[in-house]
Amino acid sequence: MNPSRVAAVALRQVYLLRGSPQRVLPMFAWVAIDIVLWGFITRYLNSVSGAGFDFVPALLGAVLLWDFLTRVMQGVTMAFFEDVWSRNFLNFFATPLTTGEYLCGLVATAATTSLLGLIAMLVLATGVFGLSFAAYGAALLPFLLVLFVSGIALGVFAAGVVLRLGPASEWLIWPIPTLVSPFVGVFYPLSVLPGWMQAIAHLLPPAYVFEGMRAIVAGGPAPWGQLAAGGALSILYLGLACLYFAGVYRFAIRTGLIARYSAETVS
Amino acid sequence: MAPTEPPVLSAEGLCKAYGGLKAVDAVSFQVAPGEIVGLVGPNGAGKTTTINMVLGVLEPTAGRILIHGEDLKAKRSRALAHTNFAAVYAPLPGNLTVEQNLRIFGLIYGVPRLSERIEALLEEYDLVRFRRTKAGLLSSGEQTRVTLAKAMLNSPRLLMLDEPTASIDPSTARDIRTRIAAFAERGDAGVLWTSHNMYEVEAVCHRILFLSRGRILLEGDPKTLPREHGAETLEDLFVQVAHEALHEAESRTGPAR
Repeated sequence: MNPSRVAAVALRQVYLLRGSPQRVLPMFAWVAIDIVLWGFITRYLNSVSGAGFDFVPALLGAVLLWDFLTRVMQGVTMAFFEDVWSRNFLNFFATPLTTGEYLCGLVATAATTSLLGLIAMLVLATGVFGLSFAAYGAALLPFLLVLFVSGIALGVFAAGVVLRLGPASEWLIWPIPTLVSPFVGVFYPLSVLPGWMQAIAHLLPPAYVFEGMRAIVAGGPAPWGQLAAGGALSILYLGLACLYFAGVYRFAIRTGLIARYSAETVS
Repeated sequence: MAPTEPPVLSAEGLCKAYGGLKAVDAVSFQVAPGEIVGLVGPNGAGKTTTINMVLGVLEPTAGRILIHGEDLKAKRSRALAHTNFAAVYAPLPGNLTVEQNLRIFGLIYGVPRLSERIEALLEEYDLVRFRRTKAGLLSSGEQTRVTLAKAMLNSPRLLMLDEPTASIDPSTARDIRTRIAAFAERGDAGVLWTSHNMYEVEAVCHRILFLSRGRILLEGDPKTLPREHGAETLEDLFVQVAHEALHEAESRTGPAR
């Protein structure tokens, strides 16, 4: 692993972001809209429920954590799409750059952009709607780590899909978080799901985060064992996603897809 | 040229097949330090397929590629660190400036004292006034100069140029030929050059490989090769060999459709 080559991939994204408000704005705008929308919904629910239950850490916190995961995934895929859109694969992959270094560059980009989004969400959620992350205690960091690794795994997998199927398959990638969200119980406990959905949920690391978050909000202890299981699953999926990307890359080298990527197929 | 030096490129028995179609068939050649080798042939002859295999973006079905003594398959990253390329179909990202592009590829190739190297190349390729211009806004000739500057960043031992002067004016093309010839004359690097411009090939290349239907049909000095084969010019020889190869193929498989 050559740090200079990893830095080159990340620097390309820094250059693109630096001179482009249309790239920077979405990093903050959509998460801010989500926080404002759900902030007012939780305020309303708090005012009408009258049960003494605080919806802010349960719902607004869930939105924030889910948005963090989607920002991480999109951090990887957006950086990858920049190379798709500018037809840069031939330039990049005819160099000493390895796929591992390329992916690390994408991950470094995603870490930076998602952290900026997270800070924006935290400022809004705590400053305007009174969300206190102290409510999650020491479990907050593992929550974020599991979601970060899961988002990276999803992003790398999505990049592999687009590399394999061509630029037009980009539209398959954007809905992935929406497709996953009903299974991971962002807003409701997994117990409300039918059995088959619960079975799938237990294979998805974010489900352990949201279950853990609700357990803490309800006054229970942090479910460290469950979080460890989620963490292990997220690392497993990250490994599998990297293997998938490497496999697709080898296919693209064997068939000539890298050199003729804009054609979308080699058949 | 220094023919006793080990080759900067050694391609041994390269084959690339797509199903039953052999795009490149048992191609072997070397490029020595200081040598400019022209890869010529009709469209679809296998020139770009060969270059793509040497660039490491297309895996050969069979054969071996050694770049500056490094096996491309076994030590891909180390082997490719000795190369660079410019191709008309691979412009640098148009949404980055000239200087940004050079910096990114300089980091990838691990160029020492990168800022100094970028300044020198901006001067050498007359790009100083475009350093903060996005590459996509440049004319095709200017973009070619940028890709050539990128190709020179790491002072490669093997420079690959796939039709570098296509779609640029004769004056710029001559300028580029002069620069590449000067680069090869330094003696430690070789150049693999594809072109459809036979005048250019004759003027620049020390040796040509004539490819047709994936095989090397002729090899030799572009200045003497036409006479050796009863042709007036290299272009005449090109047309003659291309037709013969086509007729031979048709006699085996029937007319092409």
